[in-house]
Amino acid sequence: MLRRHVLALLCCLPLSAVGQERPIAFTGATILPVSGDAIENGTLLVQRGRIVAVGTDVRIPSGAEHRDVSGKVIMPGLVDTHSHIGQAAGGDRSAPIQPDVRVLDSINVRHAGIAKARAGGITTVNVMPGSGHLLSGQTLYLKLRRGTTVDDLSIRLDDGSLAGGIKMANGTNPIRPAAPFPGTRAKSAALMRAQLVAAQEYCAKMADRNLAAERKPARDLGKEALCEALDGRRIVHHHTHRHDDILTVLRLAEEFKLRVVLQHAVDAWLVVDEIAASGAPVSTLLLDSPGGKLETLNVNSAAPAILERAGVPTGFHTDDPIIDSRLLLRQAAMAVRAGMSREGALKALTINGARMLDLDRRTGSLEAGKDADFIILSGDPLSVYTQVLETWVEGAQTFNRADPDDALRATGGYGGSRDAMETDVLEMEGGV
Amino acid sequence: MKRALVTTGLGLLLAAQATVAQDLAVRAERLYPVAGPAIDNGVVLIRNGRIERVGPADRVRIPDGVQTLEARVVTPGLIDARSVVGLAGYLNQPHDQDQLESSAPIQPQLRAIDAYNPRETLVGWLREHGITTVHTGHGTGALVSGQTLIAKTWGNSAEAATLQSPAMIAAQLGSGAFGAEGKSPGNRSKQVAMLRAQLVKAGEYRDKLARAKADSAPPRDLELEVLVEVLDRKRPLLVTAWREQDILSALRLAQEFNFRLVLDGAAEAYLVVDQIKAAGVPVLLHPTMARQYGELENASFTTAAALHQAGIPFALQSGYEGYVPKTRVVLWEAAIAAANGLGFDAALASISLDAARILGIEDRVGSLEAGKDGDLVLFDGDPFEYTSHVTAVVINGQVVSTVPR
Repeated sequence: MLRRHVLALLCCLPLSAVGQERPIAFTGATILPVSGDAIENGTLLVQRGRIVAVGTDVRIPSGAEHRDVSGKVIMPGLVDTHSHIGQAAGGDRSAPIQPDVRVLDSINVRHAGIAKARAGGITTVNVMPGSGHLLSGQTLYLKLRRGTTVDDLSIRLDDGSLAGGIKMANGTNPIRPAAPFPGTRAKSAALMRAQLVAAQEYCAKMADRNLAAERKPARDLGKEALCEALDGRRIVHHHTHRHDDILTVLRLAEEFKLRVVLQHAVDAWLVVDEIAASGAPVSTLLLDSPGGKLETLNVNSAAPAILERAGVPTGFHTDDPIIDSRLLLRQAAMAVRAGMSREGALKALTINGARMLDLDRRTGSLEAGKDADFIILSGDPLSVYTQVLETWVEGAQTFNRADPDDALRATGGYGGSRDAMETDVLEMEGGV
Repeated sequence: MKRALVTTGLGLLLAAQATVAQDLAVRAERLYPVAGPAIDNGVVLIRNGRIERVGPADRVRIPDGVQTLEARVVTPGLIDARSVVGLAGYLNQPHDQDQLESSAPIQPQLRAIDAYNPRETLVGWLREHGITTVHTGHGTGALVSGQTLIAKTWGNSAEAATLQSPAMIAAQLGSGAFGAEGKSPGNRSKQVAMLRAQLVKAGEYRDKLARAKADSAPPRDLELEVLVEVLDRKRPLLVTAWREQDILSALRLAQEFNFRLVLDGAAEAYLVVDQIKAAGVPVLLHPTMARQYGELENASFTTAAALHQAGIPFALQSGYEGYVPKTRVVLWEAAIAAANGLGFDAALASISLDAARILGIEDRVGSLEAGKDGDLVLFDGDPFEYTSHVTAVVINGQVVSTVPR
C-alpha cells in the first residue's frame, strides 16, 4: 500500500520536469488553447512540468525565464491515437487472440520514428501492435519525453499501472487461410465473443470475495488484460474499415460493455448515424488516393467533416509508417479542405485524441494545471508553409528545429532515418 | 454531404470521354503562365482546344458567346513526370497490376500502350486534382521493365489519350531490382554487367543490320531493336537509382554507351549534385512524401530544393506505391517541396513546364502560351495550400472536371 502511494506521487511529478523549478514564460504568441478561443499576443507560463497560466494578463514571476515568441503560434502538443513507432511488436503467428502480449516489451526508444514524431509536434502517442490479429496485444500510451528507456516515456496512472489500451481488429486483416486464425467475418466475431465470455467468467471468479483462494482459477495473463477491458479501465482500439465491420464492432461493444475507439473506420461516413447513437469516437485516417486495398476503396476525405456534423468525437492518427508522423498536422488540414471546421480539426488533433486515451485530464489543451505539452509553430497550424519549430513535453523541450540534429529528423537527409523502421513493420501491420 | 457523394463517385467517370475541341475563356484573379511572370486579372482564351491568347483582362477580349470560367488562381494543366497509373489499378489485385512483369530481368519490348487503361479510377483521381498529363508505364522492380508512354488524363482509349508512345525505356539499379529466389541479378555489380552485355549486344545487332544486305539481315529482335533506339539516342533510358552509388553507376553507363539518361527516384541525388550537373542529366525526383526507409532511408523533403539550387533540371513525380496511397498526387508532393526550400515558382514549374521539357512535350503542354494545348487548372486559393481546392480542370479546351477537390 505504501508502494502504491509512492507511485501515485511519482505520477504527479513528470520525470523530465522535476528540475524545472524556474518558471518559463512564453510571450507574444498567438495561443490556440483548444479549450477556448484563440488568444492574440498571449502568455503561456509553465513550471515543474505543468501549465501555470495561459492568457493575456498573466503575471510573470520575477526570476522566470523569458522566451519572446512573437509572431509564432502555440498550440497543445499533438496526440497521435494510433502509431507503430518504436519498433512496436505484438502477437506472433501462434494465435489470433493474444491479450497477454504487451507492446511495452518491444519498444526501442532510440527508434528514428520516435524522433520524427517529436519533429512532427507529437507529444502523446498510442503505440499499437498490428492489425493482423483479432486481438494483437496491449497498447502503450507514451509521452514522447526525451529519455533512454521505455519507462522514461511511459505514463503511470494514479494506481501506478501503465496507461494503455488493447488492440483488436476485424475485416480482412486478421483473416488468414489456416486455423487457428479465422477464415470469415462471422468466425472472427465468434472467436472474439468466446474469448470475452471466458474472460467474463474468469474476472467474476477472481473478483468474488466469497470464493476461497484455492478455488480461484490459475492466473491467466491474457484474461487479466481482458478483465481490464471489460471493466472499462482499458479502452479497446478497434481496427475496422468496412461499414458492416464497424457495426460488428459496435455490436460487440454493446454486448460486452466495452469502451471502443473505432480506428481508421474508412467507411464510418456511411454509418454515421449508427456511430453517433453508440457514442463511440472515431480516429480517422486520410489517404492521398482511394484503393490500395479493397477495404479502403471508399476512403473519403470528407469523412471527418461528416462525423463532426453528426456529433461524433473525431480524432486523427498517422498509423506511422502508413503516414509519416511529421505529417499529422497535414491530416487535419486535409480534413478541413474537405469540409471539417478549423476548430473541429484542432480539437481532433489534441483534446479529442487525449479523450480517446483517457488522458484528457492531463493533456490535449492549454489550461492551467495540465501538463505543459505544447508546440511552437511558425504560423497557422493548417498551412503547408508552417513548420514545427519546437516541441515541449511536461515543460521540457523535446525538439528544436534550430538544432541541426533535430532539423535532420524534421526533413530527412543522410542519416535522418538511422534506426529506421523495418520493412517488416509494414508487413506486420498488414493493412492500415 | 454533396462532397461526400462526389468524393466516392470515383466510378462516375463521365460516360464518354469524347474529345470535342471547344472555345473557352478562363479569367483568373491570379494567372500563372509559368513561361512568364504571374498576371493579375489574367485571361486565357482557348480556340479549338488550343490556347490562342494569354494576358491581362484589359488586353484579351473575350468574344461574345464564349463560355467563361472564373477562378482565384489558374495554372497550366499539371504534369506527373513519372507514374504507373493506368498500368497499376486502384483495386491493387493481381488483375489490375500490370506495371511489372517479373518473368525475366530485361524486357524492354514490353509496351505501356498495350496495358494502359485510360478509364482507371486512379487516372480519374489524378485528373480531378489537376493532373492533365501523366508519364506512366512500366515501373520499378526489374533491371529493364519496359516502355513508358505519355498520356493526357482524358480520352476514350489509350490511343486517344496518348501524347507520345513509347516515351522512355525504364530500367532500375539497386536492390529494388535484384532477382528473386537466387535469380540474377543478385547484386549491383551483376546488374551493371548484365545491362552492359545487353547494350553491347544491341550495338552488334545494329551493326549487323547496317551491314546486312536485304537477304542476309538478322531476324528482327523486338528486345534489341528497342535498345538500339536507346543507343541511337532516339529514346532516353530512364534509370531508377535511389542510392548515391547507383546514381553514379547510371552516369557511368550513360557515358560508356552515350545514351540519353534520365535519372528516376534519385533519393540521394543531393550527395552527387556536381556529378549529375556535369553530366547534364535531368532528374525525375521521387515524391517528396515518399516514405524514408529502405533504399530511401536518406531521402529528404529538401532534395528538390537542392537540385534547384544546383541548376539541375528536375520534375516531381507520383512514383509507385505497392499499398496505400495507391497513387500520390504531384500537386501535394510539390506543395511539400515548396515549403521545404524550393519555393512557389520552382515548385509549380516542377509539375508543369520543367516536367514538359524533360519529357520533350513542351511544344504541347506545360505552360500557358499561345499555340499550346488548352490544359489548365482552376483553384480557389494558393494551389499548394492544404485547404485550397481544385475547382475545375480543363483539357484540350474541354471542362473535364468540376468536382471540388
